[in-house]
Amino acid sequence: MRSSVSRLSLWLLLTPFLLWIVLLVLLPHLQMLRVSFQVRESWDTIAWGIEQYQNFFTESYYWRTFVRTGVMSLFTTFLTLIIAFPIAWYIARLARGRSKGILFLACLIPFWASELVRTYGWMILLRESGLFSSWIQALGWVDGPVEMLYNDVAVIIGLVYNGLLFMVVPLVTTLDGMDENLVEAGYDLGGGHGTVLREIVVPWAMPGIVSGCIVVFMLTLGSYLTPVLMGGKDSAWFTEQIFTQFITRFNWEQGAALGVLLLVLSSVIVWLGLKISGQSLRKVMG
Amino acid sequence: MIRSVPRSRLFDCLYLAYLMAFFVYLALPLLVTAVFAFNDAPFPSLPWKGFTLDWYFADGSEGRTGLFHDDGLLTALWVSANIAFWVTLVSVALGCVNAVLFERVQFRGKEFLYLLMLLPLVIPGVILGVSILVFYSGMANDMSAAWGIELDLFRPGMTLVVMGQVTFIATLSTLVIAARLRKFDPQLEEAALNLGATPLVAWFTVTLPWLLPSIFGAAAMAFLMSFENFNTTVMLTGSDTPLTVALFNRLREGSTPVLNAVALLLMVGSALLALLVMGRSSR
Repeated sequence: MRSSVSRLSLWLLLTPFLLWIVLLVLLPHLQMLRVSFQVRESWDTIAWGIEQYQNFFTESYYWRTFVRTGVMSLFTTFLTLIIAFPIAWYIARLARGRSKGILFLACLIPFWASELVRTYGWMILLRESGLFSSWIQALGWVDGPVEMLYNDVAVIIGLVYNGLLFMVVPLVTTLDGMDENLVEAGYDLGGGHGTVLREIVVPWAMPGIVSGCIVVFMLTLGSYLTPVLMGGKDSAWFTEQIFTQFITRFNWEQGAALGVLLLVLSSVIVWLGLKISGQSLRKVMG
Repeated sequence: MIRSVPRSRLFDCLYLAYLMAFFVYLALPLLVTAVFAFNDAPFPSLPWKGFTLDWYFADGSEGRTGLFHDDGLLTALWVSANIAFWVTLVSVALGCVNAVLFERVQFRGKEFLYLLMLLPLVIPGVILGVSILVFYSGMANDMSAAWGIELDLFRPGMTLVVMGQVTFIATLSTLVIAARLRKFDPQLEEAALNLGATPLVAWFTVTLPWLLPSIFGAAAMAFLMSFENFNTTVMLTGSDTPLTVALFNRLREGSTPVLNAVALLLMVGSALLALLVMGRSSR
């Protein structure tokens, strides 16, 4: 009797979870995989094949954008880590009392606005008629308006801005729990700043570093607004191509194949990141 | 570099300068967006032409239509609010059930299911949208072609947007609520049961009140995430466009200070919501 009651309650708790995971995650992704191997021969006949994947490798535009997106995402993630680490260190270890809380909250400022609003703010600053251009003209450094938008640097500025919050928060959380005696011991034993950082601080902060990097990388790789609005004609992003296939060309088969490739790329890099740093997804995300 | 290790003055100055620069970098785009919502010029750029509230209240009679008379944006705002409401409701409910499942029940395969639960966090938002579009909208197409059954529910539109957003927001709300449940002392619930409460009564009078701060936190987060989401939403939206998509379409046509006005309104809205939740949880 007792066990059948607990079995019933287990299934009652399990049902919503399974509905969510199966109906919204597993089935849709399996279907996407299936569609990516379908080749439309005429309007109502479908064959199986790998034509979409062949297109990806033969059309240099596809795979160039793919590689570019991956490399730029990795670079953005790395840059975000480098920028965020001293800030997180200050908040976790050097600031005290009220200023600690205030600084931490200040890091959440960008989260008050959506990605669209943040990108829009950067556009107002960087474009030809924008504020930076007006300011340096007023200072007399240049004669005419300067276009700072629509290039890769602008895209990276915007992407780093979007990711910072998700890097600072996990870093502060892990650094906060560090025992300062470890750092002192490192110095007492004759280590310099570099050695202490490399041998003590970074290993300790590794879960936070990995978790921040994974989130920032995922956000960057999957971002659409920032590269589209801030990038120039040469800075295509891979999500843009998926979007074009689905919305503009109604070529679902090709779009699904590109989607699968993006998913494979992100999974492989996240998996590699976890393997190299010796972390597990559960420890880093849960 | 901890407090007890001596540092040079120069290093301190540089560090502080870096901090200042960082916070300027964080605040500048948002500040600029907010300020230009009040510039009396048809284009959000310098020079400053004076203060105006036209971009909120102008009724279109002088060639300017303010936000509160712009039917397109107001409709989009309403659509977004509707979507966010349903996403919040479903995600928080799922979050509560999942939290109990993973924190309080022992069963085989739990570790594996927990990893499945985390999965939506490592899938790019665009892919979540695309896969749901392909599965459900494709199903609607096939049904219509094969048997003439029209499943309009699964055509791009509000239902699909809600489904797409719930996919990953439910994971986040599960994590928030589970973290709080982990700190709960099960003896409190046992005490209630010993004193004669049924499990259901004990849940509603002891456990749920303990979870309430995290439920409010998860709800506020879910609402904001849903309201601000673009990547998943844009793939699934139909003719009733939510605010972020409507703003994006406007922005492609060219920027006007009305966009700044909407942006400022959104910022104030999310800041108020965040303060409200923080005020509640600190009490």
